[in-house]
Amino acid sequence: MPALRIPFEFPPFALSGRVYGALLNHRTAVEAIAGAASKPPYNGLPKAPVLFIKPRNTLALSGEPIEVPAGEDELEVAAMLGLVIGRTACRVAESRAHEHIAGYLIVNDVSVPHPNYYRPSVRYKARDGFCPLGPKVAAPDAVGNPDELAIHTYVDGALIQTTSTSQLIRPAARLLADVTEFMTLSPGDILALGAAAPAPRARAAQTVVIEIEGIGRIENPLVPGRA
Amino acid sequence: MRARVAYAGAVHEAKPAAVEGRVRLADGRDLAEEDVVWLPPLEPQTILALGLNYADHARELAFKSQDEPLVFLKGPGTLVGHRGMTRRPVGVEFMHYECELAVVIGRTAKKVSRADAMRHVAGYCIANDYAVRDYLENWYRPNLRAKNRDNATALGPWLVEPAEVADARSLALRTFVNGEQTQSGNTRDLIFDIPYLIEYLSSFMTLGPGDVILTGTPEGVRNVMPGDEVVCEIDGLGRLKNSIVSDAPFGR
Repeated sequence: MPALRIPFEFPPFALSGRVYGALLNHRTAVEAIAGAASKPPYNGLPKAPVLFIKPRNTLALSGEPIEVPAGEDELEVAAMLGLVIGRTACRVAESRAHEHIAGYLIVNDVSVPHPNYYRPSVRYKARDGFCPLGPKVAAPDAVGNPDELAIHTYVDGALIQTTSTSQLIRPAARLLADVTEFMTLSPGDILALGAAAPAPRARAAQTVVIEIEGIGRIENPLVPGRA
Repeated sequence: MRARVAYAGAVHEAKPAAVEGRVRLADGRDLAEEDVVWLPPLEPQTILALGLNYADHARELAFKSQDEPLVFLKGPGTLVGHRGMTRRPVGVEFMHYECELAVVIGRTAKKVSRADAMRHVAGYCIANDYAVRDYLENWYRPNLRAKNRDNATALGPWLVEPAEVADARSLALRTFVNGEQTQSGNTRDLIFDIPYLIEYLSSFMTLGPGDVILTGTPEGVRNVMPGDEVVCEIDGLGRLKNSIVSDAPFGR
């Protein structure tokens, strides 16, 4: 199992290994599902933030291979900005959210393509190595405004997707406020802000690179999984 | 069976004392159970939970049987120990307890067969996995706002080793609200039993020591209100008590 080996730049904190991500928090993601969202099983867009959890077995570093399970042709890769929590965040006001953010990193929410978002999809999203992140925790000063960051995804060197955190439904501070209304985040936890749609896809033997300005890039090759 | 308690400025391992209602710290101190602060008996790593894993409860909620377990994940902030309190937000219409057998993983499990599954179990606890149904949304359902609220998953009082449990495949579960029994079930009625769950989960994710699987709840969930005392009981694992409070103690 990949251990947590990412150096955290702000002692005494360390990453906790808890990664939470937001579903449908990007305008393109909401637009992509708008037709289906009004019908069963959804019966409407979510009102509060909907989160998924990437458990510790999914965490991986830049450079580590991602296994495409036997029987699957491709995987979805969803590039997100991740907030690293620096101070206990409970009932945080939007105006003070920045006080709880120690820094930022890149989160790649890898999934086996699946037809819907009704159930938590653990089998599709929580496989070993399905959450590469890094390449480091970038300090807020180095990153600047988290709501104006360009995110690029490349497959085998070709630019497949360019998006921006400016298109988030709930920008960083708003999401942190709405999430910590019902659940406390602790130092070292990561809150990933949500991905654009459609998610780029890649197959075994291809390499995925995600770049966020001010943070850097993570690069992960896809490899065939053992049956 | 062992607990983690806080007493007089330190965290201790505790065991049941000779007299019921008392606990014995590892250093020999013998205390009334209400004089210590009960912590969850372990600090879990990945917390997995099952929905609709008893046929009677699935019927109660009008769900058809499933061909695959309904699994969701929880974070550590939702845990609270024995004798803890859980907040029911003002304005909520329906919040209910769920008495569940929690299975604690003791060794790394990857692609484990059903036959080999039980060797990976370190022990069992009682869990009370509260849900606030008002907040359910049909996206990654059950969503975290309904099922992963702070202090809304009671765990304890004890971590009980497999050798101390008669047969985890056949344990009676009961919930009492203010002393009245409201829920009863038996782990033999699990749709997906413990060996199956370990085989299923470890087929796609590596389970590790300290991971916990909450196996689901039988029928009999009821609305609970501030002031209610909820006790979940499982044969051989003890009684897990929890109090429902309103917003005021949390300064809301």
